Amino acid sequence: MSPSAGGATTTDASLTNPPVESRTRALASMYATLMRTSVIEQFQYRAAAYFYMIGMVVEPVIYLVVWSTIARSQGGSVEGFTPGTFAAYYIVWMLVRNVNIVFTPFGWEWRIKEGNFAGQLLKPVHPIHYDLGYFAGSKLVVIVLWLPIAGALSLAFHPSLYPTLLQGVVFFFAIWGAYLIRSLVLWALGLITFWTTRVSAIYEAYFLAELLLSGRLVPMQLMPEWAQNLSWAFPFRWTFAFPITALTGPITERELLEGLCMQAVWIAVGTLLVALVWKRAVARFSSVGG
Amino acid sequence: MPNDPVVLVDDLRKVFKVPVREAGLKASLKSLLHRETRDVAAVDGVSLRIDAGEVVGFLGPNGAGKTTTLKMLAGLLHPTSGTCRVLGHEPKGRPAELLRQITLVMGNRNQLQWDLPALDSFELNRAIYRIPRPDFLRIRDELVELLDLGDLVTKPVRNLSLGERMKMEIVGSLLHQPKVLFLDEPTIGLDITMQKRIRTFIAEYNQRYGATVMLTSHYMADVQALCKRVIVIHHGRILFDGELASLSDRFSLDKTVTVRLADGEEIKVNAPRGDIAAATGRLLAENDVVDLTIEDPPIDDVIERLFASGSAP
Repeated sequence: MSPSAGGATTTDASLTNPPVESRTRALASMYATLMRTSVIEQFQYRAAAYFYMIGMVVEPVIYLVVWSTIARSQGGSVEGFTPGTFAAYYIVWMLVRNVNIVFTPFGWEWRIKEGNFAGQLLKPVHPIHYDLGYFAGSKLVVIVLWLPIAGALSLAFHPSLYPTLLQGVVFFFAIWGAYLIRSLVLWALGLITFWTTRVSAIYEAYFLAELLLSGRLVPMQLMPEWAQNLSWAFPFRWTFAFPITALTGPITERELLEGLCMQAVWIAVGTLLVALVWKRAVARFSSVGG
Repeated sequence: MPNDPVVLVDDLRKVFKVPVREAGLKASLKSLLHRETRDVAAVDGVSLRIDAGEVVGFLGPNGAGKTTTLKMLAGLLHPTSGTCRVLGHEPKGRPAELLRQITLVMGNRNQLQWDLPALDSFELNRAIYRIPRPDFLRIRDELVELLDLGDLVTKPVRNLSLGERMKMEIVGSLLHQPKVLFLDEPTIGLDITMQKRIRTFIAEYNQRYGATVMLTSHYMADVQALCKRVIVIHHGRILFDGELASLSDRFSLDKTVTVRLADGEEIKVNAPRGDIAAATGRLLAENDVVDLTIEDPPIDDVIERLFASGSAP
């Protein structure tokens, strides 16, 4: 075949609509591919992954040491939390925290500037699938890296962790529920970048509220009652406190069910938020330029 | 329908609001209270039609409106007014059915996973475009062979040269066998050999599949090698739409007569088209000529002159 100046051509191999896989099968295949891609990428930088995990150990260990010291100084417990239950809380905390790390809202500016976003818009799938699949894949690596760290911390801090089978099952679903909620809400929040790139203050305020009302800084049971009540109105506690407590307890079966229901509500809210904001964000992007 | 146009654009406009502010503290404070903007028409009343299998060069200086037009055709930008249809679809809503049939390759944008071999990115595109595996493997291997990529597909993208990356980008963009290719500077920054390879590939792809190609490039060699038809755009308006060959006829008033004399000396004379016969006759009569050529000026010069004039004569 020799190159030639192109005019209108017709060939035997001219393009007809190619066959396509079913939507469900293709989406499942896309998630599997993204997760595999993410795992390969994480393992390419093993040293970086370990340094990252070490960084992630520091925060919960500081909380754990501080609260254990307070518990001991108060005769062995704070509001029912002993050094052993604090240890259980913060070791599980570490896994939950790592699983609910998602695409940061700060990343949207980079994504738009680099042109990646325009590329994603040209694909016949919603770009959120890309982030959900990719970050879910990285969690598989996080879990593998967490196991030896959790083992070492358990030897050092002797956690009181005696979950039932039901708690274990609920925990499994709850950490992925937390992952979904945080992915959706932070995605919707990040889309503000389409209106203004000076949004750091909004994001900082969001993360501060999350720090205080999620159980990340302090277990929710130790927070004042008004803060505990207030936390029901936000997604935060369902992404930290609930999955952690689902495994560590104390928690009733009713509370486990309530927690899963609240996660389902926030997943629905997040999905709706993404759908609403996304439509406007794309319209904005498409009107002001890519 | 076989005779339906692949791309149909009618009076397309895209106006951007651009903030205007003078330098200095006073202007900065003033802009806090009242932000001034002005309208800039990046595309200003473009109409065109492209039929199946055509390879059309879309030419214009920087800021002429080429990329904006391509982005509107790909659904990335919404037109301010006017209409455009690609394969019968309105690109504005980016319908999945359309996106599965087109591709937009931007020479300066990277869509591949940086740290992984391109094969992994190809696999991801397979899933995104819902390509059945046997078809995917066939098309992928065919494209890899056409672009002579060999084992490079197994090297992490970050370790590839610019040209190799561009070729990978092209493979990734064509796995779903798009019917329409929007190529925005696909050879930018590449060396001559790589430019030629990509050019050859585009021609091969067009020939083999009958795909429709709309190509922007600052390299006239790309356009001359690939495009029978060119559309010249300047300040958002179309200055010329027709065969590349007729561009010189219409916009170049001169031709160049070159004669080589017996003693090796070369004489070049630019003459108006109407006077070429007389000028040639004079040169032949007055000199001991051993060779003679009559040429149109280089196409770059013709287009440059066209841009400089800003409008069709």
